[in-house]
Amino acid sequence: MSTITKDGVSSPAPALASPAKPRRGLRGSPTFNFWLFTGPFLIGLAIFVYLPILWSLYLSFFEARFTVTPSEFIGLDNYVTMLTDEDFIGSLGTFTVFAALIVPLTWATSLGLALMVNRLRFMRAFFRSVFFLPTAVSYVAASLIWKMSIFNGVRFGLANTFLGIFGIDNTAWLASPDPPWYWLLIVTVRLWLQAGFYMILFIAALQNIPQEMYEAASIDGAKPGWQTFWHITLPQLRATSTAVILLLLVAAYQGFDEFFNLLNKTTWGRPPLVELYYKALGESQDYGAGSAGALILTVLICLVTLLQGKIMGFGRGEESK
Amino acid sequence: MSAFSNRNFDRRTALRAALGLAAAGGLAACGGNTGRSGSGGGAGLTQYFHAYGEAGTEQAIKRYAKAYKETNVTTQWITGSNFESKLFASLLTDKAPDCFEFHPQLQMIESGQVADLTDLIDPVKDDFNQADIQSHTVDGKIYGIRMIDDPQFFFYRKSMFEKAGVEVPQTLEELAEAAAKLTTSKVKGAYLGNTLHSMVNPLIWSAGAQHLDEKNQIAYHTDAVVDGFKQLRKLFTSGDLLLDAPTDFWDPSALNQGLTAMQWCGMWAMPQMQEALGDDLGIFPFPKVGSAGKQSVYNGGWSMFVNAKGKNVDETKEYVKWLWIDQKDYQEDWALSYGFHIPPRTSIAESADKLKSGLPAEGVKLFNEFGHFDNIGWTQASITALEDVLANSVRKGGDPDKELTKADAKVNKELKKLFG
Repeated sequence: MSTITKDGVSSPAPALASPAKPRRGLRGSPTFNFWLFTGPFLIGLAIFVYLPILWSLYLSFFEARFTVTPSEFIGLDNYVTMLTDEDFIGSLGTFTVFAALIVPLTWATSLGLALMVNRLRFMRAFFRSVFFLPTAVSYVAASLIWKMSIFNGVRFGLANTFLGIFGIDNTAWLASPDPPWYWLLIVTVRLWLQAGFYMILFIAALQNIPQEMYEAASIDGAKPGWQTFWHITLPQLRATSTAVILLLLVAAYQGFDEFFNLLNKTTWGRPPLVELYYKALGESQDYGAGSAGALILTVLICLVTLLQGKIMGFGRGEESK
Repeated sequence: MSAFSNRNFDRRTALRAALGLAAAGGLAACGGNTGRSGSGGGAGLTQYFHAYGEAGTEQAIKRYAKAYKETNVTTQWITGSNFESKLFASLLTDKAPDCFEFHPQLQMIESGQVADLTDLIDPVKDDFNQADIQSHTVDGKIYGIRMIDDPQFFFYRKSMFEKAGVEVPQTLEELAEAAAKLTTSKVKGAYLGNTLHSMVNPLIWSAGAQHLDEKNQIAYHTDAVVDGFKQLRKLFTSGDLLLDAPTDFWDPSALNQGLTAMQWCGMWAMPQMQEALGDDLGIFPFPKVGSAGKQSVYNGGWSMFVNAKGKNVDETKEYVKWLWIDQKDYQEDWALSYGFHIPPRTSIAESADKLKSGLPAEGVKLFNEFGHFDNIGWTQASITALEDVLANSVRKGGDPDKELTKADAKVNKELKKLFG
């Protein structure tokens, strides 16, 4: 605030006796508020994520069998063990097959379901719920239903009963890797469990596509159906598709429950987490080798995710805005 | 603006809130089922059991624990097929059980996980099955108390054998031939379990081999064992074996429901089988493998161990002594009132009327004549190595000799850790 003098030059206003300021408590401090809100999260993150990772890093340099407080330093031996272990390397092959099957299949199924449900004029909410409902089922429960009710090897299993109608003999779906019927169970159970969730993401993305685009395309002569889908819908879903594929890939890396429950104690069909569980953290309790394997896997997941994001241009749309 | 935001947030308020939370936390802890508090006094103990299939077993264990007046004993009844994993993982934490059931394995003693129970057992040592004592002894110290002995053998439907004109098989080849004759459009000849893992031990013994020799070196890798795996592969691919049954070998459902003519199972399931099939039931040991072999029976079972790193080792030993040494009524109840198990205490086994006649008596005879007990030096890593051999050679079709050579490397690594 200033006063105006005759010559138009302003001069600073005399200092007023300042009223008694309200005491600024911690409540008024932005720094305090920042820590108040982020502190619990950061503490949780430190205790449950960073500390275990660091401890795992520590364990990976020790002979840590049947203990998490080891004393025998063995350098990089655990890393060498895991990187030269044909079962661990083989588990990466299992993951590759799994990802190659489940990622495109779930992407296509969830997109297909979203397109179908989005076009419905009645009972849309009902069908959306029906397809989304399996997401609420636990992987363990679903795996056991698949294994014990639908795909068991006896004559009263649902799949064998159905095949029996056509005179086909009972099939033992999980007994042997030759033929590898187990992939049918592994892939279908996960597809059933997760397609509904990604369908919801696609529905949201579909509803964000401006109707005017379709109208403009129609005026320009685009035929509804495949042509419109290929040239308008799919490009408009690019960002969602990229995110969905990224999430599916990360989820595939984390494949454990259905493999563990469907292929109990087999030596095949073990993705990395199951292999690590059996080799290091299960009955063998070799926390050193397990930690080394887990860290190798973590680095690998980070690299693949970054590479995939780069290739598919994740976030490219944001940068162009 | 909320009422909350109008309040002055000062140090005193923060302190009061913190104290309040601490008090609430303390009260919550008192109300939790921690097994560490209650009316029984003492420290409160926790015990782990795997989920037995026989009805009434969980209630029985809890009933025994409740009858112990010195302190509260909480039972964790662990369902699922990976009891070992859960037990091993929990033993590394503060939530480790004070005592738990498991099998004698040297690595648990080497890593200081189980307490020496010699002083508890010594006064009654002579009343135990001496093979059980031996399988729990290292350097003269006894590390576990056997609760039950569980012989495993083949159970078969006599009527189906008669109808197919099949005699009880004496060799593994005859078993495969019998399975072929017994297989119909609705019934498979044999059921050996879904993973076939339970075949590993009897196969080795029936082939005249051992897991380890007296110097604790590999003794399982013989030509006869290799041949046994090949014969099992032939049986596996013959179409005469029941595969992917809803329940595994330890459950008698496959035999009881008429899905198979013979099933590998344990004596624990005998009462259920007798109830379902009456007298149409017989048993025979794992047939011999090769000309030098001899029929065998795996004498499995469960033993009670005390967590040596627990906070209440002395109190736990008192409880374990009370239940598994002093309370002979409970021991007999545990062995004979639910499934059939052979009591490891000779005095109980000899007085048990249920084991004196009929099929149970035959089971006891097979146990005594063909039985083999766990080798304490044969630990989980070695067990897993041979289970992998079975998976790779029988279920996957690999060369058993090569698979055994791969297992040798793993087992030798384990033996080196255990014996130097």
